[in-house]
Amino acid sequence: MMQQFVKETGLVVPLDRANVDTDQIIPKQYLKSIKRTGFGVNLFDDWRYLDPGEPGMDHTKRRLNPDFVLNDSRFSGASILLARDNFGCGSSREHAPWAILEYGFKAVIAPSYADIFFNNSFKNGLLPVILAENEVDTLFALATGETPVEITVDLQSQTVTGPEGFSASFDIDPFRKTCLLEGLDEIGLSLKDADSIKAYETKRAVDAPWLFRD
Amino acid sequence: MAGRTLYDKLWDSHLVTQRDDGSALIYIDRHLLHEVTSPQAFEGLALAGRTPWRLAANLATVDHNVPTENQSAGVSAIEDPTSRLQVQTLDQNCDAFHVTQFKMGDPRAGIVHVIGPEQGATLPGMTVVCGDSHTATHGAFGALAHGIGTSEVEHVLATQCLVAKKMKNMRVTVTGPLGFGVTAKDVILAIIGQIGTAGGTGYAIEFAGEGIQSLSMEGRMTVCNMAIEAGARVGLVAVDEKTIEYVQGRPYSPQGADWDRAVEAWTDLVSDSDAQFDHEVVVDGTVIEPQVSWGTNPEMVTGISGHVPNPEAIDDPIHRGATERALKYMGLEPNQPIESIRLDRVFIGSCTNSRIEDLREAAQVVDGKRVADSVIQAMVVPGSGLVKEQAEKEGLDVIFREAGFEWRDPGCSMCLAMNADRLGPGEHCASTSNRNFEGRQGAGGRTHLVSPAMAAAAAIAGHFVDVREWL
Repeated sequence: MMQQFVKETGLVVPLDRANVDTDQIIPKQYLKSIKRTGFGVNLFDDWRYLDPGEPGMDHTKRRLNPDFVLNDSRFSGASILLARDNFGCGSSREHAPWAILEYGFKAVIAPSYADIFFNNSFKNGLLPVILAENEVDTLFALATGETPVEITVDLQSQTVTGPEGFSASFDIDPFRKTCLLEGLDEIGLSLKDADSIKAYETKRAVDAPWLFRD
Repeated sequence: MAGRTLYDKLWDSHLVTQRDDGSALIYIDRHLLHEVTSPQAFEGLALAGRTPWRLAANLATVDHNVPTENQSAGVSAIEDPTSRLQVQTLDQNCDAFHVTQFKMGDPRAGIVHVIGPEQGATLPGMTVVCGDSHTATHGAFGALAHGIGTSEVEHVLATQCLVAKKMKNMRVTVTGPLGFGVTAKDVILAIIGQIGTAGGTGYAIEFAGEGIQSLSMEGRMTVCNMAIEAGARVGLVAVDEKTIEYVQGRPYSPQGADWDRAVEAWTDLVSDSDAQFDHEVVVDGTVIEPQVSWGTNPEMVTGISGHVPNPEAIDDPIHRGATERALKYMGLEPNQPIESIRLDRVFIGSCTNSRIEDLREAAQVVDGKRVADSVIQAMVVPGSGLVKEQAEKEGLDVIFREAGFEWRDPGCSMCLAMNADRLGPGEHCASTSNRNFEGRQGAGGRTHLVSPAMAAAAAIAGHFVDVREWL
C-alpha cells in the first residue's frame, strides 16, 4: 500500500552532487535483506561513515564522516533532500527510496531524475520534485547559508515555497498525484480493470498464439 | 498516418487500456525474477491474499548472491547467512507460488539476462520485465524490455500488467563499418561517452545503422544491456534474419505451425521508413577505438589512445568538480595516458559480457600467454551453466586456466560484489561489467569498464594496451 503525501514542511539538506547513483544511496551489501525496512541507517553508507559497512553492524558504533552533509548536526531532523541532475541513476533497487524514506526524508528536489528511481519513489510515497536548474540553484544558495532553512512542498498546489520569498511550481502526472494524495493501492486499482486484461489476453491469444502455450 | 517506430508498434500491441490521466496498462508477456528484488514482492502478494495472474509468464533464477565456486553443492555452498537466506527465500517463494525456477546448481541457471535469451524465454515482439535495470538487454530481440522496481514486480505478479506511460522515441544510428578489433562493448561505451549518462532519460532508444546490424545477437545484447547506463530504460534493435536464426530451436521458442506464424509476425518488428523519432543521434562507428572508462560513471570514458582528462581545462564548475572527485577516487593524474593505468584484478563476466562469444574473444587473446605477475587475480565467470558447458566443450577453460585465470561457476559475481568476489580498497580492475560507480565492485574499488578482449589483454600486460595490436 502506497504511503500518502500531501504537504511537507521541513529542513532541507543540500547534497551538491550530480549523478548520485543508487549504489551510493544504498550499497549492495544491504540489498541482501528480505524485508522492506532497516535501510535508513545505511542511507549513503559509503559517504556517511568512515569505516566500511556490513549488514548487522551496530551503526551507533561506526565512525561518522564529519565532512558529509548528512552528518552536519544543523540538518538533524531534515525531511527534504536537495540534489543535482540525474539523481538516482543506476540500478532498479527500490531499496533506494525505502532508505531515503526511512531516514526521514519525505521529498527530494532536483532538476532531473533517473527514470526507474523516479518511478519507484512514487510507489512508496516519496515525492521527487522536479524544479528548473535556476530554481534548484537558488535553493542551494539558501540551504548552504549560515542557518539551515525550512521549505514547504505542497503537492495539492504543486508548489515549493521557502524563505526570502522563494516560490516555484512543479509538474506532476495527474495519476501519480491522485495516488499520492490518497495513498491508493495501485494493484487494487489495476485489478478493477481485470475484465480488460482478460479481454486483451483472449484477443492476443488469437493474434499471437505462441505466446499462450502455457 | 505517419509511420510507427518499433517502440510504437510494441507499445500498441501490448496496450490493455489507456486511462484519461495519460497513464496506461500494458500487458507483460515475460516476467523474469531473481532473489534480490523479489522477496518483498512475494511477501506483499501473500499479505494481500493474491496469487500470480499467469504463472507461465514467470521464470526465476538465482544470480546476484550465488558464490562462483562449488555451486553443485547447492544453497549450502553460500557461506554468508544473509545471502543464503535470500536465495532460500526465492526457492521457497517459487515453490509456494509454483513459479518455474532454475535453482542453484541447475545447468540452466545463470544470470537472468543471459538465461532468458538462451532458453528462448525472450522472444521478439514480447514485453519483458524484471526487477533489474539491465533488463534492457532483451531489447536486442525487438522486445520491449525494461527494469522495474519491487512494487512493480508485485504488480506484474498480481495483474500481468504494468502501469506505464509511453516513453519518447530516440534513434541512435551507428555508422559503419566498425574498425578491426572493435567490439559491441566499445560501441556502447562510445555512445554513452557521446550522449552522457542521462542522454537517454525518458526515451526508448532504438540502436540502428550498419555498426549495429553488423553485430551478432550477443553483441546487440551487450549494446542494449547498457542502454540504462545512458539513462534509457529501453534499448531496442530491429528484428532481422540474425534474430530469427538465434531464436530458432530453443527450449521456450515456438515450434511447428506456431514458429511459421511467429516468424511472419516478427518480420514487421522494424521501424517504418517514415517513422518519426523525437530525437536522433548519429555516432560515427568508423572512428570508434577500444574504450576504457577512467572515472566513476560510464560516460567518463575514452579510447585506448586517449588520456585521463584535466579538470583545469573544464569550464563548467559542476562538471569540473565531478571530474576532480572522480580522479581523486580513482587515484589517477590529470593527462595520464590510459595505457599507463596498471591493474590489480581482471574480471570477465556479468550480464553485459559473459556469453560464449565474449569468452571466445577473451580466450583468443590470452591463448598461450600468462597473466602478469603484478595482477593479483584474473577471473572468468560464465553467464550461465550452459555457457560454461559450451566453453568447456571448446576447451576455453583450459586456455584460461593455463594462462593463470580462475575459471568460475556462473553468476553476477564481481559486477556488483554481492557475493564473495570483490575488489579491495584502492584496487584497479579491468572489468567487462557495466557500472564503474564508487564502491560498485567493493568498497574503495576502482573499476575500468572494457570489452572482454581489452580485459584479457590488460591481464596479460598488467596495464591497459591496445588489443588490436595483439589480434
